[in-house]
Amino acid sequence: MRHIISVVIENETGALSRVSGLFSQRGFNIESLTVAQTNDPSLSRMTIVSTGNDRVLEQIVKQLNKLIEVVKVSDLTSQDHIERDLMLVKICPTKKDNFDLKQLVDVFSCKIVDVTDKTYTIEISGKTKKLNAFLDTFDPASVLEVSRTGVTGISRGKKLI
Amino acid sequence: MHIYDALDAQEDITHILVRHEQGAAHAADGYARTSGKPGVVLVTSGPGITNAVTGIATANMDSIPMVVISGQVPSPLIGNDAFQEVDAVGITRSCVKHNFLIKDISEVAITVKKAFHIATTGRPGPVVIDIPKDVTINQMELEEYPETIKMRSYKPTTKASNRQIKKAAELIANSQRPILYSGGGSVIGNASKELREFTRLLGFPITQTLMGLGAYPGTDELSIGMLGMHGTYEANMAMHGSDCVVAIGARFDDRITGNLEKFCPSAKFIHIDIDPSQISKNVVADIPIVGQTKQVLQALIEELKDAKLADISKWWSQINTWRGVDSLAYKKKSGVIKPQTVIEMLYEVTKGEAIVTSDVGQHQMWAAQYYLFDEPRRWINSGGLGTMGFGLPAAMGAKIAMPDRDVVCVTGEGSIQMMLQELSTMLQYNTPVKIVNLNNRYLGMVRQWQEFFYEKRYAMSYMDALPDFVKLAESYGHLGILVENEKDLKPALIEALKQKDRTVFVDVITDQNENVFPMIPAGGAHCDMLLSGRDEMVSKDETDLNAV
Repeated sequence: MRHIISVVIENETGALSRVSGLFSQRGFNIESLTVAQTNDPSLSRMTIVSTGNDRVLEQIVKQLNKLIEVVKVSDLTSQDHIERDLMLVKICPTKKDNFDLKQLVDVFSCKIVDVTDKTYTIEISGKTKKLNAFLDTFDPASVLEVSRTGVTGISRGKKLI
Repeated sequence: MHIYDALDAQEDITHILVRHEQGAAHAADGYARTSGKPGVVLVTSGPGITNAVTGIATANMDSIPMVVISGQVPSPLIGNDAFQEVDAVGITRSCVKHNFLIKDISEVAITVKKAFHIATTGRPGPVVIDIPKDVTINQMELEEYPETIKMRSYKPTTKASNRQIKKAAELIANSQRPILYSGGGSVIGNASKELREFTRLLGFPITQTLMGLGAYPGTDELSIGMLGMHGTYEANMAMHGSDCVVAIGARFDDRITGNLEKFCPSAKFIHIDIDPSQISKNVVADIPIVGQTKQVLQALIEELKDAKLADISKWWSQINTWRGVDSLAYKKKSGVIKPQTVIEMLYEVTKGEAIVTSDVGQHQMWAAQYYLFDEPRRWINSGGLGTMGFGLPAAMGAKIAMPDRDVVCVTGEGSIQMMLQELSTMLQYNTPVKIVNLNNRYLGMVRQWQEFFYEKRYAMSYMDALPDFVKLAESYGHLGILVENEKDLKPALIEALKQKDRTVFVDVITDQNENVFPMIPAGGAHCDMLLSGRDEMVSKDETDLNAV
């Protein structure tokens, strides 16, 4: 099962390698990992998407908590939450793409952020599935380049991590 | 160099100059295990810290408090492939509890404080502090060394939840076939006194892991010996038949459980551990209790002291039947010295009161099986990582911690050759220990597996071209004694122990073909043990269990 894990960690050098090292050392997998400083500059927040059964997830959470610099760990999937993935995609529509790009952009509520005589660069955000669906609308040959941030997330309502 | 210069100008810190950094880490480890205080290691950059890694990983696997200070190239050179530069923090990351790279002299005091705090609290472990040379050269006005330290990200649990204690007490009181399974956490957590009180209050059988030996006296009636791959018949059978396993500071290691699918088929598990990540890692706990073994046992004693316990006399009579199998019995053979006899005799000569360190292999198992430890911190061995070469430097560290006690290093001719150079350190600093070398000219445990599982193809396990250990010991300024006949064994051990001020190397030529029994073959259950003198598997009779 897919899980989204939020980790608040001291904003120190090497913090990222401690977390990624833990995942490779213990054979946990990482689908995506995002990290940046929070509103408190002394703390970073990571969002990790991983897969595994309940026992694996329990170990992931416990092992993360064991890292000395980790302040908080929370499994977002177990609660009401918002998740977003941001993608920049560069496309060059082929003849097989017989749709109006402007319309498609409206349907997926995304933006064309750069245009050349041959290419369009589109910015789209949403759940991972939505981004995948957007890519699937194109002929694979017309998708030139994709850059995704990976999932980041936060719980809904007043509840804090 | 600046750190050494400063060391030379003071008298509070005793420094031992070892011959190899791995020896330094093992010696500090042996000191920590014996004394309960953190061991401290100082190594140089590059090869200094990489040599120490094996010792650090050894301490990490066995939860030993240790602080390792490693030199680093000057900060401006970091990342430049400078002379003797390695990424110490990167290399040690996966085998330490935590590590630090100090970037400025103002961080030194707080980092050292943090390092000792982290190394010694919660589940202990090694902490590395990497200090670039320029930081050691700089000077600053000395601030007060911080008395206490608070870290928002590190607050180890100490007190267990009352609800869990009550639930555990209820299960314990109602169990028909209980067993206490105590591990290294009872030793490291200084819970020996509480463990004794708890066990005697309940009158339950207790089995201890390789790391836990001595927390409960091995000679006591309630003790049914070590469990696991080379555990006693009664301990393994009792685990297999139990309806309630109380794990105290133990982590259900694969050498304990064997095949997890066949492990303790009818038991409910109460798991006490300071480290939440150990709970339900290998075996799902029915009642997890996170807390220090000492405090948790105190709380359980309080909860159970007036409780009415189920009658377990039938369970004990079953266990005593298993005891009757006498699984540690072995046949003597004329003309050869049995390794078990050496340990039994060592036990007799030292009255069971020596601190015994060991290396890794058959000799380690025999020492654990035949030397009954009645006190904690007397059995010093590398259980988790299984580091050959550990025994000799660990003995040196133990002797420094306990100069008035006899320290014996039980080793084999394979292991001892991995850290021989420390014989020189031991002369320089006068740390007289007794080395008992079970010399069977084989990497014995490898040979044993080859005999059982590789159709007796003894690939690369024979030790040819061995040194003359007596001459070797003498060349290092120590005493060497060769024992080839059983009649000479006891006098040699007595003589060795009489030499209070000298390190004595007793080289005992032992039976090449002896194996460690009982043995649970890989993939087996606790009831599938091979016993000495019987080639066939001894299978448990299920009806025996149902009768209890």
